[in-house]
Amino acid sequence: MTVDRREFLKIAGAGSAFLLAGEARATDEPQAIDCGQTYGVLVDTVVCIGCRKCEWACNTEHKLTDLPLPSYEDKSVFQRHRRPEHNAYTVVNRFFDPNTTKPYSIKVQCMHCNHPACASACIVGALRKEKQGPVSYDAWKCIGCRYCMVACPFQVPAYEYKEPLKPQVRKCTFCAHRLEEGKKPACVSICPNEALTFGTRQELMDMAHGRITASPEKYNNYVYGESEVGGTSWMYLAPTTFDQTELPKLPDEPIPPITETIQHGIFKSFIPPLALYGILGLIMHSLKGPEQEEINV
Amino acid sequence: MSKHNHAAPVRAPFLSAGTKVLAVIAGLGIASYIYRLFFGLASTTNLDNQYPWGIWISIDVASGVALAAGGFTTAALADIFHKERYHVIVRPALLTAMLGYTFVVIGLLADLGRYYNVWHPMLPSMWQGNSVLFEVGMCVMIYLTVLYIEFLPIVAERFKGRVNLPGVLRILNRFVDSWLTVCDKYLTRFISLFIIAGVVLSCLHQSSLGTLMVIAPTKMHPLWYSPISPLMFLLSAIAVGFPMVIFESIISSRSFRIPPETPVLSSIARYTPILLAIYLGVKIGDLTIREAWPYVFDGSLKSLLFIAEILLGVVAPAVLLTIPRVRRSVAGLLISSSLVIGGVVFNRINVFLVAYQPLYPVKTYFPSIFEIMVTIGLVAALVLVYRFIVMNFPVIAKPPTTPAGVRPAEGWLAESLREVE
Ligand code: SF4
Ligand code: SF4
Repeated sequence: MTVDRREFLKIAGAGSAFLLAGEARATDEPQAIDCGQTYGVLVDTVVCIGCRKCEWACNTEHKLTDLPLPSYEDKSVFQRHRRPEHNAYTVVNRFFDPNTTKPYSIKVQCMHCNHPACASACIVGALRKEKQGPVSYDAWKCIGCRYCMVACPFQVPAYEYKEPLKPQVRKCTFCAHRLEEGKKPACVSICPNEALTFGTRQELMDMAHGRITASPEKYNNYVYGESEVGGTSWMYLAPTTFDQTELPKLPDEPIPPITETIQHGIFKSFIPPLALYGILGLIMHSLKGPEQEEINV
Repeated sequence: MSKHNHAAPVRAPFLSAGTKVLAVIAGLGIASYIYRLFFGLASTTNLDNQYPWGIWISIDVASGVALAAGGFTTAALADIFHKERYHVIVRPALLTAMLGYTFVVIGLLADLGRYYNVWHPMLPSMWQGNSVLFEVGMCVMIYLTVLYIEFLPIVAERFKGRVNLPGVLRILNRFVDSWLTVCDKYLTRFISLFIIAGVVLSCLHQSSLGTLMVIAPTKMHPLWYSPISPLMFLLSAIAVGFPMVIFESIISSRSFRIPPETPVLSSIARYTPILLAIYLGVKIGDLTIREAWPYVFDGSLKSLLFIAEILLGVVAPAVLLTIPRVRRSVAGLLISSSLVIGGVVFNRINVFLVAYQPLYPVKTYFPSIFEIMVTIGLVAALVLVYRFIVMNFPVIAKPPTTPAGVRPAEGWLAESLREVE
């Protein structure tokens, strides 16, 4: 271990480059997307009749199950609250308005967050927020770590645990393939009561507040998804507060900046790691020389 | 590398009653592992959409990485701060880290749904700098490479000039030999660069492991959810480094019937109460600033687990190791280091499993028999590989009573790699 000072500094430089190589892109900024112009869907649970046709349309569009439409008239499923699964991207659950005791239904699926925690978490960028609005998934990139599932504040992504060799993360795709063809998502297209409205996020927010103003007796004055975790592409109107429902109470701040700030702080232009490298190098160099100290026990 | 010259392969029979038991456990673990690879997660684990991460992440990966911290803390102490006295434990610690990280990766593969895609994060087209997991993955991968490089001089020391591969591999003898000679000649000059890189990389990913769960603020129990979780992970990893070296040194000397390096071990044990106190101080400060104290005493199961984690894993060993009599006795060292190790594993399980509260739990997660078998099996396999390596490479310091020129041990690979005498 005899390296003279100049040589040491020279190789220290090479060592740093080696570190740099591994983390070169760690300072990427999150992609900037104008969220007002992305597409979204407004779910009006006051208008929804809980017919579950959207479930059928979704399952058929994505070839998840081939149950015939009449089988969806079975209302016994409402006895328990279902969650989106690997073979059901969207499910309708029934709740009761505590004031009027009238039932109302809430369709759940991926919210297509403006600042998706799942995409920030994904180790390989398999999940990403597209300009049109969908949060898309690329199974080919995915390594199956399921960190996206840990991260999602709505607990939406489901995993194909039963698939031994090629499991995928499964969630609502916002029918991105249909949007590209200029069509609306399958669930929106089939909804007989126009409980689902497709449009740009800005239009939908205006519409939502318009409905609340027009019939304040029917709606609770709150648009779920307008501000939750930085806003979502899918938004909800309801006759009452969302406290009793399965839509979780969430802060307004987007989630990704929490970890990304820590992350980018540690890697700020690689200065902290390089500084640590340099300091340790100096210590190593200056403390050199046989140490006489006896062992203290 | 003259200061390492007193290390030599340990001479002992590979198989003992203990290793036979370990071999059976490892065999069951490997069988479960292979079963998992071909039959999928549903048939082997209790994971579901509520609990996407189980013990393979919290124990095999998160605890595994923490317990391998002895490698970098010892390297920092002996090579960077030049506390030359501690060189006898550098090699065992390096080997533990190297094998520890190797088994972390093996364990991780079991958990990945598409384990064959594990190399994807290395492709620049898939780099995702916002992902904490990406950073952990890259650092672990680079660090593992650094650890193997740091181990090369030990291989060179053992086989340089006497490579004698069996059978058809014989044609490679010259090549391997000259390669080892080159390694020995040049690598040892630059090894300090790798040592520093190893310390930096360790600090980076040990802390980033603590950032992982910070992405789930609404699902984490407030006792363990903290924005400074990365700092606490780093501090606890540093604190567990020496106890891990102590624990493993005592166990291996027991198993090989050589006297333990008690003076050295007692000496590094002096640092542990200080490191634990720093960790505890940060933890207390964190609870105070986040006003989370009420949760500590609310009497729930989680609060009890939190209290147990702190008292048994941090306070108890810190107090024990401040007592000189405990520090000087092998039993005292063994017990207190076990407490620290247990405490860190406990903490990682708490952060990754206990603190994680799914929004719509149907049932709570408990590991399946396969998950447990893989986890225990990997630990057993690690111990066996460790034993094999210290019997074939100069890792552990020669006990002063053994005469010079120790012959290699009679393992099957030792036989096939037999040196020319
Ligand atoms: S709801 Fe969950 S899965 Fe959907 S975009 Fe948001 S974070 Fe991702
Ligand atoms: S499971 Fe796939 S999509 Fe989800 S975070 Fe991991 S690599 Fe990304």
